[in-house]
Amino acid sequence: MKSLECKCGHINPVGTQLCESCGRPLTEEAINKPLADMRYEGSARRSQTYNKTIIDKVWNFFSSVKVGMWIIVAILVAAAIGTILPQVFYVPANNATEAAAYYERIYGTFGKIYNDLGLSDLYSSWWFQGLIGMLGISLIIASLDRVIPLYKSLKKQKVKRHSSFLQRQRLYTKAENVTEDVLTPAEKKLKELKYNVRREDGALLAEKGRFSRWGPYVNHLGLIIFLGGVMLRAIPGVYVDEQLWIREGETLAVPGASGYFIQNNGFEFDVYDKESSDEVFSDAIDRVGTIASNYQTNLTLFEGANQEVVGDPGELEEIKSGPTIVNKPFKFDSYNIYQIDFRLDELKAMTFNLENKESGEQFGEFTIDLIEPEPEYDLGDGYKVELVDYYADFTGFENGEPQSKSPIPNNPAFLVRMYTPDKPEPETSFVLIRETIEPFGENDYKLKFQAAETRDISGLTVRKDLTLPILMIGGLIFMIGVAQGSYWNHRRIWIQQTATGDVSIAGHTNKNWNSVKKDLYYVTKDTKVPRPKDQQDPEDDLDFEEGDETS
Amino acid sequence: MTLIEWSSSALFVAFVAYLVATIFFGGAVKSSTHEKTATNKRWGMYGFTVTIIGFIANLTYFITRWIAAGHAPVSNLFEFTAAFGMMIVGAFILIYSMYRIAALGLFALPIAVIIIAYASMFPTDVSPLIPALQSYWLTIHVITAALGEAILAISAVAGLIWLLKNIDMTKKSKQRFWIEAVMYVLILVVGFIVSTTIFSVAYEPVEYSYVDVEGAEQTIEYTKPALFGMNESTVITEGAMQPLIEMPALVNAKKLTTVVWSILIGSVLYILLRLILRKRLAEVVQPFTKKTNSQLLDEIGYRSVLIGFPVFSLGALIFAMIWAHEAWGRFWGWDPKEVWALITFLFYAVYLHLRLTKGWQGEKSAWLALIGFIIIMFNLIAVNLIIAGLHSYA
Amino acid sequence: MAQSKKTRFYIRTVILAILVVAIIGTIYVNVTKEKNAVLAVGDQAPDFQLVDMDGNVQRLSDYKGQGVFLNFWGTWCKPCAKEMPYIDKQYQVFKDQGVQTIAVNIAESDFKVNSYTKQYGMTFPVVIDRQKNVMERYNIGPLPTTFLVDPDGKIIRIIQGEMTEQDVANFMEEIKPS
Repeated sequence: MKSLECKCGHINPVGTQLCESCGRPLTEEAINKPLADMRYEGSARRSQTYNKTIIDKVWNFFSSVKVGMWIIVAILVAAAIGTILPQVFYVPANNATEAAAYYERIYGTFGKIYNDLGLSDLYSSWWFQGLIGMLGISLIIASLDRVIPLYKSLKKQKVKRHSSFLQRQRLYTKAENVTEDVLTPAEKKLKELKYNVRREDGALLAEKGRFSRWGPYVNHLGLIIFLGGVMLRAIPGVYVDEQLWIREGETLAVPGASGYFIQNNGFEFDVYDKESSDEVFSDAIDRVGTIASNYQTNLTLFEGANQEVVGDPGELEEIKSGPTIVNKPFKFDSYNIYQIDFRLDELKAMTFNLENKESGEQFGEFTIDLIEPEPEYDLGDGYKVELVDYYADFTGFENGEPQSKSPIPNNPAFLVRMYTPDKPEPETSFVLIRETIEPFGENDYKLKFQAAETRDISGLTVRKDLTLPILMIGGLIFMIGVAQGSYWNHRRIWIQQTATGDVSIAGHTNKNWNSVKKDLYYVTKDTKVPRPKDQQDPEDDLDFEEGDETS
Repeated sequence: MTLIEWSSSALFVAFVAYLVATIFFGGAVKSSTHEKTATNKRWGMYGFTVTIIGFIANLTYFITRWIAAGHAPVSNLFEFTAAFGMMIVGAFILIYSMYRIAALGLFALPIAVIIIAYASMFPTDVSPLIPALQSYWLTIHVITAALGEAILAISAVAGLIWLLKNIDMTKKSKQRFWIEAVMYVLILVVGFIVSTTIFSVAYEPVEYSYVDVEGAEQTIEYTKPALFGMNESTVITEGAMQPLIEMPALVNAKKLTTVVWSILIGSVLYILLRLILRKRLAEVVQPFTKKTNSQLLDEIGYRSVLIGFPVFSLGALIFAMIWAHEAWGRFWGWDPKEVWALITFLFYAVYLHLRLTKGWQGEKSAWLALIGFIIIMFNLIAVNLIIAGLHSYA
Repeated sequence: MAQSKKTRFYIRTVILAILVVAIIGTIYVNVTKEKNAVLAVGDQAPDFQLVDMDGNVQRLSDYKGQGVFLNFWGTWCKPCAKEMPYIDKQYQVFKDQGVQTIAVNIAESDFKVNSYTKQYGMTFPVVIDRQKNVMERYNIGPLPTTFLVDPDGKIIRIIQGEMTEQDVANFMEEIKPS
């Protein structure tokens, strides 16, 4: 392995553009450029120097900023394509077949193609996740490859640089025959500006905000931690995301949290009404009509005594009670229960009265609990109603057999026998909402509907995410890094004065050139040295005044 | 006067002040041959002073409305867009105080004016918060995100000035075409504002019934003459006209009507301007940009992204994730608005990395800044109008 | 120099290998998550305990050494109603050969389950999963779903949907203790 020896005697690694020590250009390319390329201080990025094995090639691929950019652009375009139609999880469908039908029905051929291509579930596709994974690899390798040489060269930099280095800086000025000492007053001024000043015979290096150079690497580290946290969710038990529908009064197992049970003590749904709301809202309420103000489910959490086996929870011990409100989830352990959805007014119980059709005389009221019906309802005095069968969601008859399409009492129907003292045989009746069928001929008695009781159903989501602290740390580090790199900049000013009175001044910054221009203006003001020119700007005619930005 | 009336008046004062300040900034770049003459500076100072006055009035609007409503005025399309306009002025003040470039005011303020006027086209009444918005994260997330977007918008303004200054308007080129397209789109937004204002005065709303995608009967109210009708629409209001063209159920013909009216009226405005001025609009404004240093504009563009990007990341991604976790239990849900915030983030990440490469400064960088602003506006407007998601306000 | 080249090669290989394995692993888990249920064939069947309609405690682990034909059903479910008589018939055949049948109803009322078992003349134990936690544990989607549990308590097959009488017989044969 060859290394590069500079004229100043410093040995540089292969691939170095500018001597780490004195700043002389080392390559043909660097010599021919009028201005020095100061990215990564002209240091040798290791990835570019070795390209032998396949591992090196893969490594170099991911190390390239250009490749990283293409990966980001690919993610960006894919993400945009995913928003053309709603993703499958926002579509009212329970399975793939229903979803396919939905896309075709609503969006026609385009919807069908979109769904067939898998674009309707783009964000969980292997290739999209693969792109994000590649971005993660790129972040790690590209950062590793740059931060180490950058750190080394910033650490090794000498105060005294070769004159060709100063000349090749974007901000540069020189003067001849300056007899008075330039360096000492400049040092004073630069220290005023909070620069870190180092001197070495006839040379001065003032530096400020070097730590901002680490900003990009710190924010990349934050992103890597964040992506790592997201990956951890694939481990079972780290991430729980379950839905449940729970009716008022019901107690159900908490999905994803074994051993726990929740009871729905009532769903509350409130709207803003004109009377009780602030007057400023009255126009909006008039215009829109109903504006919801609150959705909440009051819950009680229990823990089953019998933990080792599911099914029979044993004694339920109350843990806590409280509401889950939109934006204020019900919390326990590492779980949160969210109020997500609701359905109002599902039938819960129906009250009937046994009535003589002719006389209208009534023999007693009874209530059928639609969730837990009784086999019979004794009305006293020899009057009795026997429930033969119950169809919660009646849809019609099939081969004379009543059918129910679900266990939910959307359309309850009852097959009953009515026992009365005046009849030796009970009368049979099939009772529906607003209708009665008498299968064995005309009856004398009927069940007269009195009242119905309803209840609401809450749609809740149960979630647990143990990766959150990691994500939060990642986010925090990212923000620190991005602020560090954006709100501070790394400025350097080199001043050199020879014994013969030749003065040259150069300035460099990684961003925000205006800041270092102002600092240089301040340093050169009232001296014989002219203000440094921006060698990259043909229109460099800006003058700076007191009161302009100094930081 | 009630507090809300005070608030509305304050917004109007701000609106007028920004218009006046624009004229002053125009004077500052036009009145003399050199950039930094005494008169020039004076005009610039007047412009900046009026901007500050306008901004104070704008803040008064914001704070009084906040007090009156009891929640930060960022809860519907009007409030959010108006706040965004205000923040663009705030971001301009920040950048102007660093660089003192009068041309920036000449372009940033009219854009803020257009945005505030655009906001006023939506219902402006104070609405109470629906459950999903009842969180202090609404205030934190929306204000930070909007502020970040506003600072990023200044970079697009700097880019626009750079391009107007440096594109050769005498020769036919892609650049000349596209910069004129940008001017045309700005006029279309004005077309929307003009058409909405005209019809709100001169047109009685008409109700139609129609059949939606699911086959259900719905009614809809048109506030502009119905060019396009909803699926199987019939007139309910007596004596009103039947829509000219009926659209399939998938298309929201009411929104389409609004868009087409804006394009029609905007195009008429554009053609009139071209006929009167006998020049491309980009060419008309070009002289105002000539005395500004390109290098400095480029740096302002880059600096605005540097300042805006962390604010945007914090507000539109990090705070958004925290709120999403509080409200829905997942910090990320691939909702279109979220995705477009991510796209904005990725886009500016690309911008920042490309700045490291030579050749992506100056012109290319200016175009990128403009594209970034288009992505932001797409997320603010189009995602709400076209792609309904969890974020669809109003 | 040669030494450091080698070191570099190893470091790069290790870093890349770790990253690639971690990412591919994550994607694999994420992409396949929806498709396979939490419980898979080969897993130990989770123990549960429920009370049957006769008041007897039915605990899965009590049937260790026997095969268990575990059927999840609902009264409204038509395919369940079709296969129920087949299951009952085969239960009669296999119950003395060490194959137990348990039908788990999903949180319906005593009344409804009683009237149903009477109607279909079901003779094997029927239990009601009132809090839906057995259903939750077994990750039941559409009904009917049947789990075949072998004498060691391992799930050897998960059947979603209706079975013919021949299917039922074959499946019971599969879990018969040898």
